[in-house]
Amino acid sequence: MRLVLRGHQPRWLTPVAVLVAVLATVALTAIPIRLAGANPPAAFERYLVTPLSSTAGLYEVMLTATPLLFTGIAVAIAFRVGYWNIGAEGQFLAGAVATTAVALAMPDLSAPLALPLGFLAGAAGGLAWAVLPAWLKKRADIDEVVTTLLLNPVALLVVQGLLNGPWRNTSSGFTDSDRFGAGYDLPALVPGTRVHWGFGLAVIVIIVAGVVLSKTAVGVQIRAAGQAPRAAAFSGIPVHQLRWRCALVSGAIAGLGGSSQVMGVQHQLTQGISNNYGYTGVIVATLGLLSAVGVFLVAVLLGDISVGAQNVSLVLQVPTQLGAIFSALLMLMVLAAMSLRRYRVQWPARHRRTPAPSGVGGS
Amino acid sequence: MSINLLALIGAMLTIATPLVWAGIGELIVEKTGILNLGIEGTMYLGAFIGFLVALRSGSPWLGLIAAIVSGVAAGLLMGLFTVTLGLNQHVSGLGLTLLLIAACEFTFRLLYAGERPTLSGKFETLMPGVSVLNQHWLTYVGFLVLAPVAWWVLRSTGMGYRLHAVGENFEAADVAGISVTATRYVALMVGGALMAIGGAFLTLSVLGSFTLDIINGRGWVCIALVIFAKWRVWPAVFGALVFAVTDALQLQLAITTAFTSIPRELMLALPYLAVITALAIWGRKVRYPGSYLQAYRRG
Repeated sequence: MRLVLRGHQPRWLTPVAVLVAVLATVALTAIPIRLAGANPPAAFERYLVTPLSSTAGLYEVMLTATPLLFTGIAVAIAFRVGYWNIGAEGQFLAGAVATTAVALAMPDLSAPLALPLGFLAGAAGGLAWAVLPAWLKKRADIDEVVTTLLLNPVALLVVQGLLNGPWRNTSSGFTDSDRFGAGYDLPALVPGTRVHWGFGLAVIVIIVAGVVLSKTAVGVQIRAAGQAPRAAAFSGIPVHQLRWRCALVSGAIAGLGGSSQVMGVQHQLTQGISNNYGYTGVIVATLGLLSAVGVFLVAVLLGDISVGAQNVSLVLQVPTQLGAIFSALLMLMVLAAMSLRRYRVQWPARHRRTPAPSGVGGS
Repeated sequence: MSINLLALIGAMLTIATPLVWAGIGELIVEKTGILNLGIEGTMYLGAFIGFLVALRSGSPWLGLIAAIVSGVAAGLLMGLFTVTLGLNQHVSGLGLTLLLIAACEFTFRLLYAGERPTLSGKFETLMPGVSVLNQHWLTYVGFLVLAPVAWWVLRSTGMGYRLHAVGENFEAADVAGISVTATRYVALMVGGALMAIGGAFLTLSVLGSFTLDIINGRGWVCIALVIFAKWRVWPAVFGALVFAVTDALQLQLAITTAFTSIPRELMLALPYLAVITALAIWGRKVRYPGSYLQAYRRG
């Protein structure tokens, strides 16, 4: 038995590959669930089905998906243009810090002023955090992967430094900031639930990004710059300038995610404000095939699993990290299955010496 | 303000050790044209598995062996994704890191929820009472054996030549009869083992315990060091020392009264900023290996 390249890929192959990947992920994650002493089928029902089976659960999923919508689309925009921004984590934190700075400086603003100002600050903060790597890339061709990655722990240290120092909670003395003024509370999207307008903003951002990426000339240029930079540059597309702009937009959107989280959920800056949202954004963007619709669907799926993971850890005592294991594994499995689509199994007894079809270069 | 110079040098050597091990591991892998962003997770895995096995067995030696095995396994997994399946290296590496860290945290929570276990027997330093030279054996081996051997292997042996050939031009290497797949797998396994040793050094030698933020970006620092060093061993070791001296300096300054007004976090951020600055100065217009980030497909 050996694998040979396919001549052509039938249509049914993609859904089958995704299904196989999902089944493989479920089978592999059943091992840690089993080790934790829980029954895998019952646990999976709680991970995937329970959160979506009630309206209260559905709202929780929307709430949990909100930061992932921001970071997912932020990463997708950067990856599309071929700029490997792995710093959404730091940009998210920078956005949260900038919003907090505004909220603590002007605590008494009323909502119509406070909310736009808070978001504006968040976008500016995320953008500021993205400037240095993007500039180094543009000016000196320094690998953005390294610089964006290195700024993530720095952003976390900035948050910790501010919370240990000037922003320490004045009433409790804990390392959380003071609670923001009431004007900075994002109103509920659905009255009576915790789902806030951050979700609405995220959806608007995703729709705009989706339209720009797929329906406009700029979108075509971005795609060309990402997939074939040399050919794009040759045909007159300003590749470096596009990368620079997309890098900044990406940072600003990740920063908006930070604002949405501090103004919509915590109402104060906390050390754990980003629960790995930036890194998970890379998974969301990749699994979502860097498309707006894909990012939306995957963010909701991971939100679902994350809500489920909270539930399972309370009821079945399986640590919440299983949600992170599941999402990372799912991404690797889907990518692997997609890659295997190109091959078919050949049994040596029947066809000997079939000439290997040529073509298909590496990715 | 006085800085104890000998203590500073001693701390610098200790802090640089995991970066030397893991950095040389990453360098060997990148020589073949593969960027292993799984380094952060592999170091984490090495730190965790080393700690776990040492805790259960009571022997840091068994812990170290287990860490090495886990590092080889992580390298194999990275090879499966990027060499055999030819997946995007950025995404596979980051996915591997996220997966390994989540899996280790999961296991740690499961076994020791709410506890803080410490090793009864960790590796001890070799010359107590002698400053600077009072280091762990992994530090001595890292600087005096690993670095020269890695330098010599990469420069003067057939293996080093094969790594270089695959990294620069894999089509030509293949035509010359060098197996691209085998070379990359070997590099990933050896590199993974070295990364895991770097992680295990922290739990088995330095701390004797495990914390959830044990690696805390050190893997990313190693990636920067390799680029800064332009894929050469000695500059990478030098870069590790630069990072470490910044880190050691902040430890010293933190206990010096003149600097207590400066937030500790700012000092902690210094080494990362130093690495970015070093990259900005010496990392310009770097010539990457010819087959960097590319999967090899024959035909």
